[in-house]
Amino acid sequence: MTLAVAEPTLDGAVGCGEPVILRERGQREVFCGLTSIIWLHRKIQDAFFLVVGSRTCAHLLQSAAGVMIFAEPRFATAIMEERDLAGLADANEGLERIVDALLARRPDIKLLFLVGSCPSEVIKMDLGQAAQRLSRRFLPDVRVLHYSGSGIETTFTQGEDACLAALVPEMATSPDAERALLVVGALAEVVEDQFRRIFATMGVGPVHFLPPRHAAELPALGAGTRYILAQPFLADTARALSDRGARRIAAPFPLGAEGTTLWLRAVAQEWNVTPHVFHEATAFGEQRARRAVSHRRERLSGLRVGFFPDSQLEIPLARFLSRELGMVPTEIGTPYLHREHMAPELALLPPGVLISEGQHVDKQLDRFRAERPDLTVCGLGLANPLEAEGLATKWSIELVFSPIQGYEQAGDLAELFVRPLARRARLEV
Amino acid sequence: MQLAVWTYEGPPHVGAMRIATAMEGLHYVLHAPQGDTYADLLFTMIERRAKRPPVTYTTFQARDLGGDTAELLKTAVHDAFERFRPQAILVGASCTAELIQDDPGGLARTLGLPVPVVPIDLPSYQRKENWGAAETLYRLVRTFAGPAIGTPRVAAARPRCNILGPTALGFRHRDDLVEIRALLERIGVDVHVVAPQGATPADLARLGEADFNVVLYPEIADQAAAWLERVFGQKRTRIVPIGVGATRDFIAEVGALAGIDTTALLAQATSRLSWYSRSVDSNYLTGKRVFVFGDATHAIAAARVASKELAFEVVGIGTYSREQAREVRDAASVYGLEALISDDYLAVEAAIAAAQPELVLGTQMERHIAKKLGIPCAVISAPVHVQDFPARHSPQMGFEGANVLFDTWVHPLMMGLEEHLLHMFRDDFEFHDDAGASHLGASAAAPVMETKPETLSWAPDAEKELRKIPFFVRGKARRNTESFAAGAGLTTITVETLYDAKAHFSR
Ligand code: SF4
Repeated sequence: MTLAVAEPTLDGAVGCGEPVILRERGQREVFCGLTSIIWLHRKIQDAFFLVVGSRTCAHLLQSAAGVMIFAEPRFATAIMEERDLAGLADANEGLERIVDALLARRPDIKLLFLVGSCPSEVIKMDLGQAAQRLSRRFLPDVRVLHYSGSGIETTFTQGEDACLAALVPEMATSPDAERALLVVGALAEVVEDQFRRIFATMGVGPVHFLPPRHAAELPALGAGTRYILAQPFLADTARALSDRGARRIAAPFPLGAEGTTLWLRAVAQEWNVTPHVFHEATAFGEQRARRAVSHRRERLSGLRVGFFPDSQLEIPLARFLSRELGMVPTEIGTPYLHREHMAPELALLPPGVLISEGQHVDKQLDRFRAERPDLTVCGLGLANPLEAEGLATKWSIELVFSPIQGYEQAGDLAELFVRPLARRARLEV
Repeated sequence: MQLAVWTYEGPPHVGAMRIATAMEGLHYVLHAPQGDTYADLLFTMIERRAKRPPVTYTTFQARDLGGDTAELLKTAVHDAFERFRPQAILVGASCTAELIQDDPGGLARTLGLPVPVVPIDLPSYQRKENWGAAETLYRLVRTFAGPAIGTPRVAAARPRCNILGPTALGFRHRDDLVEIRALLERIGVDVHVVAPQGATPADLARLGEADFNVVLYPEIADQAAAWLERVFGQKRTRIVPIGVGATRDFIAEVGALAGIDTTALLAQATSRLSWYSRSVDSNYLTGKRVFVFGDATHAIAAARVASKELAFEVVGIGTYSREQAREVRDAASVYGLEALISDDYLAVEAAIAAAQPELVLGTQMERHIAKKLGIPCAVISAPVHVQDFPARHSPQMGFEGANVLFDTWVHPLMMGLEEHLLHMFRDDFEFHDDAGASHLGASAAAPVMETKPETLSWAPDAEKELRKIPFFVRGKARRNTESFAAGAGLTTITVETLYDAKAHFSR
């Protein structure tokens, strides 16, 4: 019998400084891109996310959203039924009917995303056309866009990538070639505001954020647009922006004191900010961040940390933990490794570190059980079982839902890794 | 296509997972994309299970679709067998894999594994979680229960039964099982096999040896029990022992099936609920308006307890279990009601708002609805939440279960004496309407803005009269009066209108 699963391949010469890259195929234990809706709908405050999918998709959203059930949320699922599978005409008609009812009920909605799922993609439902048709009907009140959050196309945070990439063609073209900064990737408002202040002090501007807080605030793109990624999982969005002529500023991601400074410096250099002004704008924040982080260093230094693949934040997080807190990464799992975007991060990792791309969850569990890192960063499906086996874990989803970027959050970020260990140290049961 | 904001049930393969996870020695290979692995967290986070569910997902991706998803499935089954060495393997598809029609069962069989492979086809676009659980249990029982080869019954042996129904992620199944085991012991019946909870495929093979079956959750186990009845002539219980009356009926039913005289047991068996409910301070519970919503089993049982054991007034009853709609309709007719059969959260919300209950007995969803409407609520049914797995023993079934029901349903309400005192002292200087919940610190909450139709106004004396109504029911009185006035086409609410409305709404 032949087995289709490829043997894991190893890249990178062992022994030299390059990380060792293990590519695996097997069962993946990760969310699909639909999950990004949980934070995207909080971020774009007049957008509605309508998943065109199955009961499974609805159940996933509900399970991932957990406690947020209290409100009438700005997301829902159009659940396909037997009849919709029989003929695409029926499915399209059903979708129109649902959108009519939805928009009638929610006049506050200005932007509607039709979000594709595995079932809608397998039956080849053309949500692009549906979105165009609906846009024609509802513009100028409501713009209807589409993207895929399906599990066959996207992993967890890639749902945000697909969503933002869908916004790029909607961005107006700015006639002037004036330099403008676009910060790309959903950030908590408090983080956005902090960055805004720092950029203002440096004299960098105008500054826009993608996604915007409101649909109408979608910034324009011009010949002078420079963009910087605030999140590491935005491959398609970056490509779409570059295709529109915007230029990417390469940098590590703004996690930790060092990461934030390097990220800000990359922007400063593009704007020819003098070292003095840069220092004025960042020194205080950086110092405060370093102080906050150093309080936690004692607790974490020398401890080994391993990551299961989840959000693509794993590599920047491992860099932060190793360089600012003295932790030793054992294995850094990532669902996908974007070599170009990750290059500045990879350069900062300890030499010879193991990065695993893709997943074979059972083999990976074997490795973690053998390695027994002091802290395992993993998803919700794995955390309790590993705790029961005596491994300390940190739920990775919290790293996606909490504000962790920038100087003022560096201490909080370190604290997220301290807490599970501190808790274990206190418990006597 | 159906719009779902929140869903009461997951897809049918989650039902199959609940069976597989409850059992031992069984592994489930699910042909599904990566995102479907979220289902693991239901078990590891909501139920806090210490082990991963025994489920392998093939996690095929778009690039596999043109190629060989079938090969991927075979590999997954093969690897799962090698790694976990189960007694049997369940094979099935989730919604997406159903569309690509790989025939997981047929493919898995070609591997020639030395253990049984049980294919389960769950139509994801028609059915839901409970149906999936029932179908899976039924398939497994059919596959393994085989012809009766039971050990010869010894004449002196006590009668024995199987307990069918408790699953992983079930609403209080863990504690109900403890309660029912103890109850059967008191009746004098031995428990032979419990399934699916804790059973191996080999245990299922012994099902036919018991004298009869106890069906705890008909949504899940009745289909399998009906098959066992046909094949082995094993009778099954029909009464779900939730509440004092139902527990007593259940004892009598089991006694009849086992040929045991339960008169003595029934004479002494009782629950604190019975006495607490007769205690004078429970007087205030009389006629409280309750709205009941849940799975069919729990909704029907809750309505009976509410009406007969707490003397509440059932003003609404409904279920999201379409498969058991008929049973719920029958139950509703007992209370002179039309049952609400719906899995549309918004429809349930509208029905509750319209019924104006004083207490909601529902699921976690109704808890949120009730919170929004400012009505007390107790949770009686799945879908489960982490709170539905309390650390303490907290059954719904049996006499102890009835005690739990009394506590959890009555505590959200204002206590009788409290309500009485509030009445007596409503003009007290420290205890007046605008004071906070406590005179120690914390100022009064901002008054709630009442919305009323623009054209409707309150005459000053009516407004003054309204202020005499205790604050905790004033909002309702105001709303009732306004809706009454609007219905009557009035524009001004007078004292007369207020009392007309009171008469209209009083029971
Ligand atoms: S993996 Fe596919 S089918 Fe499953 S929840 Fe995600 S989009 Fe829906």
